[in-house]
Amino acid sequence: MAVAEAKRNAAEARLSALALPQGGWTGVARAEALARLRAMGLPGRRDEYWRYTDPATLVQAEAAHAALFDPQDEPMVFTSFDRVKVVFVDGVFDPAQSDDLEAAGVELLSRQTADIHWAQSLYGVLETRGQTPVQRPLAALNTAAATEGVLIRVTGKAAKPVSLIYLHKSETSDAILHHCVKLEEGAELTLLENGPAAARFNKVLEVEVADGARFHHIRTQGRDHERRAVTHIFARLGRESLFKSFTLTANGVLTRNEAVIELTGDDAVAHVAGAAVGDGDFHHDDTVFVTHAAERCESRQVFKKVLKNGAVGVFQGKILVKPGAQKTDGYQISQSLLLDDHSQFLAKPELEIYADDVKCSHGSTSGAIDETALYYLRSRGVPLRQAQSLLVLAFLAEAIQEIEDEALAEDIRSRLESWLARHGQ
Amino acid sequence: MLEINNLHVKLEEDDKVILKGVNLKVEAGKVHAIMGPNGSGKSTLSYVLSGRDGYEVTDGSATLDGVELLEMEPEERAAAGLFLAFQYPVEIPGVGNMTFLRTAVNAQRKARGQEEMSAGEFLKVVREKAKALKIDAEMMKRPVNVGFSGGEKKRNEILQMAMLEPKMCILDETDSGLDVDAMKLVAEGVNALRDEGRAFLVITHYQRLLDHIKPDVVHIMADGRIVKTGGPELALEVENNGYAGILAEVL
Repeated sequence: MAVAEAKRNAAEARLSALALPQGGWTGVARAEALARLRAMGLPGRRDEYWRYTDPATLVQAEAAHAALFDPQDEPMVFTSFDRVKVVFVDGVFDPAQSDDLEAAGVELLSRQTADIHWAQSLYGVLETRGQTPVQRPLAALNTAAATEGVLIRVTGKAAKPVSLIYLHKSETSDAILHHCVKLEEGAELTLLENGPAAARFNKVLEVEVADGARFHHIRTQGRDHERRAVTHIFARLGRESLFKSFTLTANGVLTRNEAVIELTGDDAVAHVAGAAVGDGDFHHDDTVFVTHAAERCESRQVFKKVLKNGAVGVFQGKILVKPGAQKTDGYQISQSLLLDDHSQFLAKPELEIYADDVKCSHGSTSGAIDETALYYLRSRGVPLRQAQSLLVLAFLAEAIQEIEDEALAEDIRSRLESWLARHGQ
Repeated sequence: MLEINNLHVKLEEDDKVILKGVNLKVEAGKVHAIMGPNGSGKSTLSYVLSGRDGYEVTDGSATLDGVELLEMEPEERAAAGLFLAFQYPVEIPGVGNMTFLRTAVNAQRKARGQEEMSAGEFLKVVREKAKALKIDAEMMKRPVNVGFSGGEKKRNEILQMAMLEPKMCILDETDSGLDVDAMKLVAEGVNALRDEGRAFLVITHYQRLLDHIKPDVVHIMADGRIVKTGGPELALEVENNGYAGILAEVL
């Protein structure tokens, strides 16, 4: 088993470059994650699950150099919103730039406080569940080695969104963050994330959404060209709960976003959406696994990518309907807009259904900009670039519509417009 | 206003020649109609004037107030005051009708060095003009032409024309797919825009639209050329006798 051995060796090489946190309340979970990782090894190009995305730079011991990107005079997203700011610089919590976490009920992973028994039943737990039927070794690595993260438990409607801001200041930083969010029955929280984070970023977000709770997640991944990121969201949904996650990715030489969502209570709703825009050296991979394990649940996967100058988009999306998950309503769409002949979109939609009374649909398309629509707009006096930009935004609209808060959606749209303006669209 | 001289056009993809020397002069304040059998080149003429891709002008010129149109980008022609009401208005999913209109109006104002219209001012004007065309608020919110009926699409074209206030309006078979009531509504919209400084070129197969939009001059187009020009009575002749008689006479 040369391949398995190579994978295990890769894991050891990676681990040898890390200082693994020991003891504390996460000690057991970390030790178990380490054992899981050692058994699995780290992924290689020959893994079916990594067929379209080469994990080499995510796996290698040291982070590749990533030049800092100058966003010039453009403000970051979410700046106009009243929120609880939690700032990380290259993966290190920065209290000076952050708001008062205690007042906002936000804990830090690195603080070994006593009152985190709720987090003990979450840290690494959803990640472990997410290891079957598909292995996700980089998430196990994260659980074992994460140095920081937030722990948020919400019991009512959160007064403000919690906003995680990831700044990138070092060209060789290698950040591993692990967040746990628990929404108790009927609770509601909006979690915002933005920024490139580090030269290389490995992030896990575990979210437990209890009965009747509502979780909104909106993130942008920063416009650094050379950054690399692998992120996992593991979510478990209770009865009549709601989970909505939207991601905007602009630039980044490599991004792999995995979402592993389990609908375990009846009548739960999970929407996961993404808009990605890439120009040139850009590889973006959305890998989604939604499991329906209860009745009358609804899931939607909406992923749109705009690619030019050789950019590559990947979508691997699965809906698994377990026996007994009757009246499931599953929907999945992945589409790319290829602005030239050099760009590429690779899609692998999958349905696996073991219940007989379900509604599941999926679709995947690749296409160029609609020349007739372009001519129509121009014939009304809209200049070429503005017309293209309108059509690109229109293409992305279905994904952006997944953001419920109109003001946040508008913020994302204006961010996209400025990206399009910079990139000649 | 619009002056077309010896216009020759072929399809870019194959060598098919469509327009074989069109000559046409439209004065400000006038309504000209172009009639003609299928395949005579009427729609091609409208596309070439508005700047659609896929056609190659091999000879001739087309000027608007003395300025050559054929060298301009489509958006420049629009800013210069040319408007084409499409035979088949294009659906644009994801772009709201209101956003589309406002973007177009402001793009043209910007191109002409005018100040952009404020959201409030725009809304006021568009509501008034939409009401006259029986376009409700719901239609303005929907994506451009998506799910619109044939009549709604054509009314939407006229609304765009009313908002953009072009000086040279080309209507390409605006009557196709319309019932009598819808046609009247569209014609009223057009007639409301008639004035001294504006000219119309109405392309149609049938006399009936011309009952509502009264032309000053009627041209018959056949095989890529204007073969006959006359007054409104020419349209009636077509209606009564078909094209065969006229074509036999001129070809």
